[in-house]
Amino acid sequence: MSSLRSITFATLTKDIRLEWRSKDALNSMLFFSLLVVVIFSFSFDPNAEESREIAGGLIWVAFLFSAVVALNQTWARELRNQVLDAYRVSPAPAAALFLAKALGNFVLVSLLEALMVPLFVVFYNLRALGPAWQLIPVALLGTWALVVNGTFFAAMSIRTRSREIMLPLLLFPISIPAVQAMVEATRILLAGDGSARFWIVLLLTYDVVFTTACLALFETILQAE
Amino acid sequence: MKRAFPILAVLTAALLAYGTYQALVVAPTERTMGDVQRIFYYHVPSAWTAFCLFFVNLVASIAYLIRKNPKADALAVSSAEVGVVFCTVVLITGPIWARPVWGIWWTWDVRLTSTLVLWLIYVSYLVLRRFSDSAQTPVLAAVLAIFGALDVPLVYFSIWFFRTQHPQPVIGGGGSLDPRMLHIFLLNLFTFSCFGAMVCWWRYRLEWLQREVDEAQALESLMGEDGPGVSARAGARLGKISASKISGKPGPQ
Repeated sequence: MSSLRSITFATLTKDIRLEWRSKDALNSMLFFSLLVVVIFSFSFDPNAEESREIAGGLIWVAFLFSAVVALNQTWARELRNQVLDAYRVSPAPAAALFLAKALGNFVLVSLLEALMVPLFVVFYNLRALGPAWQLIPVALLGTWALVVNGTFFAAMSIRTRSREIMLPLLLFPISIPAVQAMVEATRILLAGDGSARFWIVLLLTYDVVFTTACLALFETILQAE
Repeated sequence: MKRAFPILAVLTAALLAYGTYQALVVAPTERTMGDVQRIFYYHVPSAWTAFCLFFVNLVASIAYLIRKNPKADALAVSSAEVGVVFCTVVLITGPIWARPVWGIWWTWDVRLTSTLVLWLIYVSYLVLRRFSDSAQTPVLAAVLAIFGALDVPLVYFSIWFFRTQHPQPVIGGGGSLDPRMLHIFLLNLFTFSCFGAMVCWWRYRLEWLQREVDEAQALESLMGEDGPGVSARAGARLGKISASKISGKPGPQ
């Protein structure tokens, strides 16, 4: 157990340090989601009432698309110099590697959200009518839902031709219930329209089910030859 | 088994013809919906067949991950392909029926939406198989099939809750079915199950033959390049030539 923790931590700090020095993924994600925000606001031009209704969808679609940018880079880095092969022959548990990668992406996407949310608030004149603090668990659970499956499917798609296209094709159909839950919960909380409890519970269930499945099956994917 | 196929195929074709005749001519016309209701005899059996085939795909995928038997993988790919075809039939016949009866082509109802999401998941499964041509493909595809199966109940619950909040047109259920209609419906359900099983079986044979041809071609190209010694070893690896035969022959080792 302690080896799992120390290996996870070592890989995670390595990834975060690499990202901190290059800032490749973060910069491209930030600029990409900024573009999405601007294009959406041109194409809809909503008033304050309408923007409460549609902002949940806009925010999460923007984050979903930008997350794909980061997720695609997760494993591509490890292909150079056969790092992935080294992982494969090392005695380190596969689950530790997966957990480190997923947590790294989680940190990255959460950072993106923290930077982008103020911009959304400004551009769309948002003011939550419901209990706004509940947006924090929705954001955390929703981000994890995107990132856990995204990291897993990125590991699958690096084995295919045209891997950059493959990731969204695999990730989006499976993510439909999670995206629906995030969007609905955000809409309810912004518009103050009832309780978002069902959607938060659904997100939690989705996270638990797919985290378990990813940890159980990652070894199979890593060793597939 | 192979010889039984033509007989079973003829029987299925006869059943299909009989079922179509019963559904289009013999079955009584529904009072409110009229003739468009007859789509029900194809729509629901197709859905049933598609769901059965997706279930076969899940079982075959799990079996492949446990046993690594290539036959399980061939069954998984053929059931997914045929299942997607039947699911497409469901998604096309549904709106054809809904337009005159509900007045709209599509509604985000729980059954429609979960069928659509299921279709999307299995199309992504087929895309993965198409884009990945290495030896790892069966493992990746089997894992994706398990993820898809885990997703289905979540999709169902999310849309079920969504729908209870936003009232939608009610799907035809609730009322009782005329016994003659029920009889013909069950006949068609059986017929479509047979039809689906036959197509899937034939697709499975095709897949298996394709793999044997690929294997033989790979073997042949190895023989052409490196002489008989290498080809004998390659053959042994593929299980074509038994180990005793090789040791009997004098070969350059």
